[in-house]
Formats: sequence, structure tokens, C-alpha cells
Amino acid sequence: MRLQLSPEMEAFRDEMRTFFTTQVPAEIRDTLAARRHLSREQYVQAQRVLNAAGLAVPHWPVEWGGRDWTPLQRHVWREEMQLANVPEPLAFNTSMIGPVIAAFGNQEQKERFLAKTANLDIWWCQGFSEPDAGSDLASLRTTAVRDGDDWVVNGQKTWTTLGQHADWIFCLVRTDPTAEKKQRGISMLVFPMDTPGVTLRPIQLLDGGHEVNEVFFEDVRVPAENLIGEENRGWDYAKFLLGNERVGIARVGATKKLISQAKQYAREVTVDGTPLSEDPRLTARIAELENELVALELTALRVVANSADGKPHPASSVLKLRGSELQQAATELIVDIAGPLSLASFADGGSEVPDWARVATPEYLNYRKVSIYGGSNEVQRTIIAGTILGL
Amino acid sequence: MDFQYDSEQNDLREAVRGLLQRAYGDAEVRRQTVATDPGFDEKTWARLAEMGVLGLPFAEEDGGMGAGPIEVGIVAEEMGRVIAPEPFVESVVLAGGLVAAVGTAAQRQAVLGPLSEGATVLAVAHAEPRARWSTGARGVTATQEGGSWRLTGVKEPVLAGARADVLVVSAAVDGGTALFLVQGDAEGLTRTGYATHDGTRAANVTFAGTPAELLGEGTADRSADVERAQSLARIAYANEAVGAMETALRTTAEYLKTRKQFGVTLNRFQALTFRAADMYVSVELARSTALWASMVADTGGDVVAAADRARLQTSRAGRHVGKEAIQLHGGIGVTAEYSVGHYTSRLTAIDHVLGDGDWAAARLAAKVDGYPTVDPLGAPYTTAQG
Repeated sequence: MRLQLSPEMEAFRDEMRTFFTTQVPAEIRDTLAARRHLSREQYVQAQRVLNAAGLAVPHWPVEWGGRDWTPLQRHVWREEMQLANVPEPLAFNTSMIGPVIAAFGNQEQKERFLAKTANLDIWWCQGFSEPDAGSDLASLRTTAVRDGDDWVVNGQKTWTTLGQHADWIFCLVRTDPTAEKKQRGISMLVFPMDTPGVTLRPIQLLDGGHEVNEVFFEDVRVPAENLIGEENRGWDYAKFLLGNERVGIARVGATKKLISQAKQYAREVTVDGTPLSEDPRLTARIAELENELVALELTALRVVANSADGKPHPASSVLKLRGSELQQAATELIVDIAGPLSLASFADGGSEVPDWARVATPEYLNYRKVSIYGGSNEVQRTIIAGTILGL
Repeated sequence: MDFQYDSEQNDLREAVRGLLQRAYGDAEVRRQTVATDPGFDEKTWARLAEMGVLGLPFAEEDGGMGAGPIEVGIVAEEMGRVIAPEPFVESVVLAGGLVAAVGTAAQRQAVLGPLSEGATVLAVAHAEPRARWSTGARGVTATQEGGSWRLTGVKEPVLAGARADVLVVSAAVDGGTALFLVQGDAEGLTRTGYATHDGTRAANVTFAGTPAELLGEGTADRSADVERAQSLARIAYANEAVGAMETALRTTAEYLKTRKQFGVTLNRFQALTFRAADMYVSVELARSTALWASMVADTGGDVVAAADRARLQTSRAGRHVGKEAIQLHGGIGVTAEYSVGHYTSRLTAIDHVLGDGDWAAARLAAKVDGYPTVDPLGAPYTTAQG
């Protein structure tokens, strides 16, 4: 048992902290610190800075840019990135399709896609969920029918995050409608978003933003070589990919950042001349939230320290479940600190309401998503009850 | 950073688990044991001593084993797992801890040796009917006549106070709070023992000019020593609570798999399995914090701050898990015959000995505006305290 990081890990943490706080453009980090949406160019610029330093895809196989880090190094890398307000490398590229191609793609696909995926030369989006296939993803209905050297795709995807920026989509499609188990007839196809027959329609969200989309496919012809892995094995790849999605999903660093911002905001708000930061009910609420976050961080450290064999620790579901709840609690805290100022959400010029108070409620509403995506918290409870408690 | 026990620690855990499993693996045995005074099994106490458990945290020259907070945490968790009624935290960690921290070399050897051997039981007489949770003493005062001290006043509830052979008593002196040793057969000492709701024992201890021996040298204020010893005990209790929560959860999950209603076992009802999943989340988060607090103490970091965090986390988790364990069982959960309710009772007792969750939250809240973020692997938790 040993609490401190080893001197080597301390040095690694310092190296990460220094890099993130000095090498990633301040303008990008300030945008994230102000909790404003990044532009496509900002995402690309940030990821290329990371990639040039070997910090975009450390978890990939070494021959494709990975660093062969320990789980603890990866944890520190991610936490420091969040604490420094550095946008994380695009998950669709680095945590989802990249690892799938590296693990299951053929050599030609690896050479064609992986370097560009790491450098965000290709922006990928995810074609998984459908209107009738949410948590029950395996009931998806988008079809791909073989026609000569092509697959012909028809159907509809939804919740495609940042699809408006995407160059390519990776898509789960039904290739064997007669398979006995619905999971068995699914394949993974990749194709450019500008392929004829692909239509993207934005979904406007509660926060007023455009983050997700519907994507429609009408007789989209996809060359057979764009099948990833084996036909009808797509479900296995999806499970592999969603396993990666849960890694780092506790987002402890990001929530820490939110809480430290909340403390600052509470000093700026005064109640009849007294700073809100002196209100004992508020400080007690912050103390409780911080304590939960400490417990979560320590649980994440226990999980990473004990998962050296590559298998996810059974407690990973706890990280997703409580991690999302604490992110939401932090955004809710900021709304409550803003109080009546939180109503000025879309104020532009001519308002005295500080920027942080304007974005507070849209962000709070937007963050309801975190307990829904990546396997909803009810799915996590099902996993805990079934896999861990044997219920 | 390493959260794994080493092989010696694993051996200790297995040995203590085996001993306590033999003693209380059958919950009915615990029930019978706590039904009669002193509320625990003297033979089990002696066996714990033989294993070295009762001298675990004390220096070898004082008759102890020279182990640390991690080992204490391991034992406490195992005690919690079967809710063993022996006063390990009360007698060894808190009372013995105060003697180890404050006593002279002669006092340490005289008191900690017999405690380690299982020959005596120690208790701390600090709580007062009108003091709630405090580090100071008001209700008992100490006066010096000639070269000897005498105590007057009331302490209550004193855990294991009626059975104890030696009491460590806090008392008001000029300049603050001092600590004293009082022998169980001292004149002017009246002890009225009673059972607590969790099956253990407490007492009203009344001093009427009772002769006492000053613990340590000088009468400088000992509040900081009390605070530190209480913090180490809070950390041990956090580990005990984790053990108790673990069993409460496991017992509940087992029950859901076997109990039938509406023609099916209860684990077919998602309304119940989701609540069990939430219990698991609470247990795991509490476990991480308790383990961490033990490590902070072992590292020489700020034990008071770490103990407050452990206290808050295990208070919230203990209440959640304890209440849900009963609810998911249904009526049988509130019977004395069935084990699970006793776990809830013990968790409730632990929650009120040395400060509850709100108490800890208030202490943490007073400090939140003084730092931007908490780093559990950084200062003040991993830096040596002066």
C-alpha cells in the first residue's frame, strides 16, 4: 500500500501538466474554461498539437502511435488534460473507430485510416443509435444489401454527435436479417459523409445548440472494401468500442474544474453585501460534492491500478454512474449560484450578467445527456446488479 | 501509488477473518453473546490478543506489534464484517492510542502491555451528557491535592465503561483539558452500565473525588492529542463500517435471489435490483475513502482532514446501505432474530460515536473556500504534518 505517486509518476504528471498548460493555444483553453462550444478548427488545432507530441492516441498499439503506457499513466494524462481545459482528442476517432480498426481492420485499412484518424485529418462520426434502437442498440434496422462490389445502405441513424463536422461515418448496419439472434446479423461499414444518398439533419437541443444530428441513408453505395472486420461480426466490434467509451468516463478532472469555478463564482455573487461564498448551506453543499468526488477519484485510481491485465474492473460501472451524477451536480451547483442571473441565458450585448451565469443553465440542461449516453445509468445499474451482485 | 495489500497484510486479514468467522460466522452466536454482560466474548478477546491484534498499533518496546493504521484498518473491517462486539476500536485504537500518544514511557509499558496481552480492557471516558462531540472536557474537573489528582463529575456514554479495567479520562484543569488514568476499582468511582441498541455496552461513569493519575507530563492542554486520537479512531470506524456495509449488501443480494413473492424470486423485480446496485455504489465509494484515509494516516499526512472525509463518506453510505438493507428484506429485516437489522444498528451506532456526517460536513465546509481543488494524492494528505 502506498499513497504517493512514484517519483517517475510525479515527473510524468509534471510533464503532462507543463505540456497542456503551455503548448495548447490559450485561446482554445480559454474557450473551454468559459464553458463555450469549440469550433471545428479549434478541435482540429488542439488535437494536432497533441498528436505532434505523441499525446493524442497513447492507448493505441505502439506501431500506430501508441505509447504503451500503464493504466495509471493514461489516467493522469486524461485528468491533467481536463484540469488544464484542454479539449480531449475526439472520442469518435481516438477511443472508438481508431482502436476498432487497429484491432479488427485489415492492413490496408490500417494504413489508409489510422494516421489520419489520429491527426484528425479525417473527422469521424458515429452511426449507431436509431429512432427505435437506443439502449437496445441490437434492434437497429438500417440495412446493407450486397450488390456486386458494393453494399447498398438504407435507413436512419440519430444522435450523431458533431456529425456536421464529420468527413466519415462508422456505421452499424444489418447485413443478415435472418440471423437467429439479432446481434449476429450486424456489420460495421465506414463511408464518407458526402457519399450520394447521405443526408444530415440537425437536431436542435434544449440549450439552443447544435450538437447532434439525424443521418438518413437512401441507396447509399459503399464499396465492399469499406467493411471493417468480418461480415456479421459488427456487434463484437461495437461492444469492444463501447468498452473503450466507458474508459475515462468518470471525468473527475473536468468536474474538479467545474467546482473550482463554482467557488470563484460564489465569491462574485453578493447577497445584501455578503459574498455567497460565505453562506454555510452553500459551503456544506460544496463540501459534500467535493467529498463524493474524492471518493470517485480514489475509486477510479483503484480501478486503474488493478486493471493492468487489460480487463475492465467490475467497478467501472460505478465510475460511469457516479461520474455522470457528479458532473450534473456540479453544473446544477453553478446554476444555483447564478440564481436569477441564470435566466439571462441568451443575453448578448447590453446585459450586465456575467458570461458564466449566462451559460450556466444551457450547460446544466445539456449535461442531462451524460447520464444517458455511453450506456445510460439504468444500463449501468443493470450491469452492476447482474454482473457484480449476481441478481 | 499502490492500493494492494502486501502478503503480510493479506495474511493478517485471512487470520483475523478466520478467527472472527469461527466466533461469529453464525449470527445467532453474536446474538447470544451480546445478550449478557460484558456484551462481548472474553475468549474471543483473548484469542485476538494471542494473534497480536490487541497490540497492533503500539510500539514493540511498549508491548505492541509496531504495526500501523493500514493493519488497524484491516482488523476493523473484519470486525465490521461480522459486527464482532469486542471493543477493538474503543479499547485499542482510541483508549490505547491516547495512552501511546500522551503517556510517559512507564505508563505506556504499564498500560499497553497488559492491553496487548488481553489481560485488561481499556475505555475512554470523554463523552459528556452536555458536550455532544468535542475535544475538550467540561463536565469532569481535576484538582490537585498535595501530589495527587482527584476527579469530580460525570462522563456518559462511556463505551465499554463498566467492563473496563482502566479508564482514560479527560478532565478540565486550569489551562484546558488534561488526561488521566483511573483504575476500575478506584474509590469514589461509580459505574452504571447498560446495553446500547447495537448490542454493545456503555456506562454512566460518575467521579466523586476519585483518585487519578495524570497521563503524560504536565497539564498543558491535550485537546489536540484528543483530536488526533479521535481522528485515527474515526478512520478505523470507517473501515469497520465498510466491513459491515459489505455484509449487509451481500446478505441483501442473497435474500433477493432466494426469497419468493408473486411466484418469482425478488431479483426479478428491477425496482429492487436497481436499489441493490445503488447500495454497491455507496459501498465501493466508501471503501475507497476508508482505505485512502488509512493510507494518509500511514503516510503521516493530515489525519484530521482525512478522517473528516472518511467520516462524511461512511456516514452517508452507512445510512443509505443500512436503511436499504432492511427495506429490501421487508419485515424480517426489523426482527431481532435475523441478522441484517443488527448491521444497520451497528452502522447507526458508529455514526454517532465521534461525529456524524453533518458534523464532518460542517468542518469540511468551513475550509472549502481556502483552496481551488482537492488532490487526494497531494498536500495536505501526503505531506508530513509538523
